[in-house]
Amino acid sequence: MSATRFAAEPGEDARAVPVRLLVVQEEERPAVDASAEPQVMTFPHLLIRELCAFLALSLLLVVLSLLFDGPLEEIANPEKTPNPAKAPWYFLGLQELLHYYPPLISGVILPTLVIFSLVVVPYAHVNVTRAPFAAGSPAERRRKLGWLWLATAALTLVFLFTGAHAVWPVIGPLWFCALLATVPFLSDAKRGVIGLLARRSLPFWVYFWFLLVATALTLVGVFFRGPGWAFTLPWRDGVYH
Amino acid sequence: MMDLARITRSRVFRSLVRHGYPDSNRNRALAVFSNFFLHVHPVKVRLRAIRFTRTFYLGGLSLAAFFLLVVSGLMLMFYYHPSVPRAYEDMKDLEFVVSSGVFLRNLHRWSAHAMVALVFLHMTRVFFAGAYRPPREFNWVIGVLLFVLTVLLSYTGYLLPWDQLAFWAVTVGANMANAVPALGPYAKFLLLGGTTINENALIRFYVLHCMLLPMLLLVGIAVHLWRVRKDGGIYLPPPGEGENP
Ligand code: HEM
Repeated sequence: MSATRFAAEPGEDARAVPVRLLVVQEEERPAVDASAEPQVMTFPHLLIRELCAFLALSLLLVVLSLLFDGPLEEIANPEKTPNPAKAPWYFLGLQELLHYYPPLISGVILPTLVIFSLVVVPYAHVNVTRAPFAAGSPAERRRKLGWLWLATAALTLVFLFTGAHAVWPVIGPLWFCALLATVPFLSDAKRGVIGLLARRSLPFWVYFWFLLVATALTLVGVFFRGPGWAFTLPWRDGVYH
Repeated sequence: MMDLARITRSRVFRSLVRHGYPDSNRNRALAVFSNFFLHVHPVKVRLRAIRFTRTFYLGGLSLAAFFLLVVSGLMLMFYYHPSVPRAYEDMKDLEFVVSSGVFLRNLHRWSAHAMVALVFLHMTRVFFAGAYRPPREFNWVIGVLLFVLTVLLSYTGYLLPWDQLAFWAVTVGANMANAVPALGPYAKFLLLGGTTINENALIRFYVLHCMLLPMLLLVGIAVHLWRVRKDGGIYLPPPGEGENP
């Protein structure tokens, strides 16, 4: 990315090849912070904080372990399929997706796409400065708003009609994010909640959507699914696991 | 105080720790700098970087959860046999025979749940801080790998109790592997050591869970933390500039 203006190779053994060379390389290295901002000694200031954090987590987990016992059911029996057969909570988002799409899409393509997107996030040099999404000239703003709702409409159609059922845990958060992202286009307020929304960048909105979708899918899978993966209400039918 | 000074000056102490009691900034610096475990840290840190609200210590807490898992997991290994039906009987023994066996199992289980959540929250914190941007882009990629490894660890561990919960949760996952185009059945066979979940699958999951994946995660974390240092410490917006999420 950055060209080397002048590079020279020093010998391996400085005594055998006594050459001194000045090397000016335009290599990008993060500078050790040279600003005049306040610093403290790592020992004790950081170490004591780390110790406290470690002890707090340990205490929490020890107390949890004393109060709540992990589940242990009957011995595994391939002949007897439980209904519903639920994975641990962090997989229930994926399992919920299985309800809408065949395993190839929900279990392979979508997770791969998510991991792939996460990996390329820093390399796709889109908006590296994380400029506010709502920034720009009036013409630019109109164009961005148009794209936002075009994308929202397209994604809504995809998730309404491509699955075995309409994928509401994806569409709901999509509209929530799109509406929030639209607010700064309607008002020029610089402060308060609107100001907060106005400073958010496009990457923020995309990740926020991802976060809400993951949460919604997981919550539905954990609390609102019963036998045959049918919709249940936890306060009426209890929580199945 | 006298005795403490005598101890820290003694030859035995000095062979272990090459500096005096950390009551001066010089010795405090040496305490960090000359200690293998502490030298992931710089000697001084920017005050803004260590504020709780900067990172919520989520990376450190992920590491803490991993540490608790290694310790409790090692102790569980003393009691566990990866065979059918012994694995399940060992769970029952932990419950009724081993002193504090239930506690040990609970601690490992809840720590695992906590770690998945903490790592995900850490990733979210890093994203919202914009800390994935250059020069930290590769460390973000290593992070994604750590997240995948964490999930795989919890998936493989879930089979080990060999109860109904374990068996059917892993069935759901194995069927997903089966859905990979063309390679699916091979991937499933490789994972399970057969076409169904049986004793072969248990020993594979056991080896993955107790050896391969933890070692990969350990090396990954080491590289990750080293890169945090090499990338100039944790990301802070330039002084005077606000956040720009
Ligand atoms: C086993 C899992 C992980 C451990 C133990 C871990 C540990 C840490 C620690 C201790 C830090 C220092 C600052 C902080 O605490 O926030 C850090 C920073 C960082 N982590 Fe992780 N991490 C893990 C997973 C991840 C994941 C899943 C990602 C992202 C996908 C990630 C990306 C980063 C990045 C980019 C930084 C630099 C942050 C900054 O400069 O502000 N890490 N990690």
